[in-house]
Amino acid sequence: MTDLSLLNQVTAFISIEADMLDFEEYNAWLDLWSDTGVYVVPIDPKETDFANTLNYAYDKAEMRRLRVNRLLSGEAVSTQTTDKTVRGLSRFRILEDSDSHVTVRCAMYLSECRHGNLKSYPADVTYKLMKTDNDFRIEEKVIRLQNSDAYLSSIGYIL
Amino acid sequence: MTEMIDVKNITVDYESMVRPDKVHTSLYSDPEIFEEELDKIFNNTWVWVGHESEVPETGSYKTAMIGRHSVIVSRDRKKNIHVLLNRCRHRAATVCEGKRGKTKSFMCPYHGWGYSLDGALRAIPKPEEYEGVFDKSELPLISLRFETYQGLIFATFNDDIQPLEAFLGGAKKWIDLFVKQSGGFPLKVLGDHRFRFPGNWKIQLENTTDAYHFPIVHKSFVSSVDEQTADIFDFLDGEGHVEDLGNGHSVMVMIPELVDLDKNLDDPIPERFQALAEELAAEGHSDAEVRRMVRAVGGSGFNLNLFPNVACSMAFFRVLAPVSVNETEIHHVALGGEGAPAAFNQMRLRLHEHFQGPMGFGTPDDAEAWERVQKGSQAGTGEWILLNRGQNHLTTSPDGNVSGAVCSETGMRAAYQQWKKMMTA
Repeated sequence: MTDLSLLNQVTAFISIEADMLDFEEYNAWLDLWSDTGVYVVPIDPKETDFANTLNYAYDKAEMRRLRVNRLLSGEAVSTQTTDKTVRGLSRFRILEDSDSHVTVRCAMYLSECRHGNLKSYPADVTYKLMKTDNDFRIEEKVIRLQNSDAYLSSIGYIL
Repeated sequence: MTEMIDVKNITVDYESMVRPDKVHTSLYSDPEIFEEELDKIFNNTWVWVGHESEVPETGSYKTAMIGRHSVIVSRDRKKNIHVLLNRCRHRAATVCEGKRGKTKSFMCPYHGWGYSLDGALRAIPKPEEYEGVFDKSELPLISLRFETYQGLIFATFNDDIQPLEAFLGGAKKWIDLFVKQSGGFPLKVLGDHRFRFPGNWKIQLENTTDAYHFPIVHKSFVSSVDEQTADIFDFLDGEGHVEDLGNGHSVMVMIPELVDLDKNLDDPIPERFQALAEELAAEGHSDAEVRRMVRAVGGSGFNLNLFPNVACSMAFFRVLAPVSVNETEIHHVALGGEGAPAAFNQMRLRLHEHFQGPMGFGTPDDAEAWERVQKGSQAGTGEWILLNRGQNHLTTSPDGNVSGAVCSETGMRAAYQQWKKMMTA
């Protein structure tokens, strides 16, 4: 039996995270993370040993901060040509629930518009969330793009 | 600059389109030129298809492209490497999909023809209807000529061209230096980033020998590293150079002190690798081993551009595959050491992810610039692409080659002269 109350809580948290990313509130997004959290975009969607394989992104706290700085600095030309992203998340399912953590999987449909061209990046996203007082902190976020094993184009934002 | 060429009448006049100091803009955008490039260049020279570490064992395979041709690089039961055309001899379906992996054989999905790892045709369902028509030994997968140097595998459709080592010529010395970066272990491919950009393949070919763009396009990358590392990447006013190595190859030395990674092992350990050095020492590696790994971990201080499709680019292989006149696929192949400590290979992976690939801090900005080149090159009625930077400050290198400043366009001029030579052959 799904714990609907918990499902509502994690759905609300993840929806806010998505909204922050679409509206480029990147510094607020950094605060959603635990200090030990890892943000991963793997190449092979079946991969689980992220530290020992090549990923599109494998960001611990320092790299997340640097990635946000790059996006906000105005120094990177590729980040200036992508108009707003729009992402929708659905199909939430709680995979694990313990006293300290909850693991959630969902579907993400993200569209970007670069140089007037609309492109979509569907993905399975798995969150491991650390439970705090009435809230969560992200311990791990893994974005498995549907076409990750083929070829991509530049991604000038945060998935 | 506004000298006009009647494009309609110059599709075969490559002499006039490639000058010592500039190339005609239609080289980026004319579909007829692109088709001729596939034939005259990609079908007629040595094209990089992989590294031996990508097919380490019996049954290992990878796929690659030579122009529009899909090929399989495989290792058979006798541990021999083969480069095979990925095309069933019956009705042409590909017999291998996917980037790399392990298999016992290659099976055509259409009628079930089965080929062994060396390409031999082994199995045909219901063979009786071929009785007296042909013998299986007559129809193996088509095998391509290939040769290797330092583990790099090059293949060609042309059985008559010079041996690979003669083609590489002056580039061999630099390949020897490049493969030192695995820290005392055999060089190993760790994975690759793949992306496409809407632009001609030669825009990418130029970029690997273009130091001039680095502080502009990669400002955000430089801002993301520590001060000591930023100083190392501030190489435009340094002692580096670009050298024409012949046959379209060139080397661009950005960081002279990192040309030979076996030298200067007593240099102070850079700040950004201090934690790695401590971790390796704590694992019990000797001071000499630690210093060798730490010196190698960031890669070589140069980009070696090999005409037409691969570069040994500081710490990775940069491979290009032309898709159409205005689309190119790029693979950034990450490298490490076979059997090296996990911490060493992890650092190499993290450095690769930091700059390379569609989410790196460097590649997306390169791709944006290249896309804008392709778009901008459509403007005008016959303009030129300039390649004359540094042409009045040329010297002769110790190896006797034409050499220019690190931010000169010497390497691009070398590539386009080879392009012209092949297109007019």
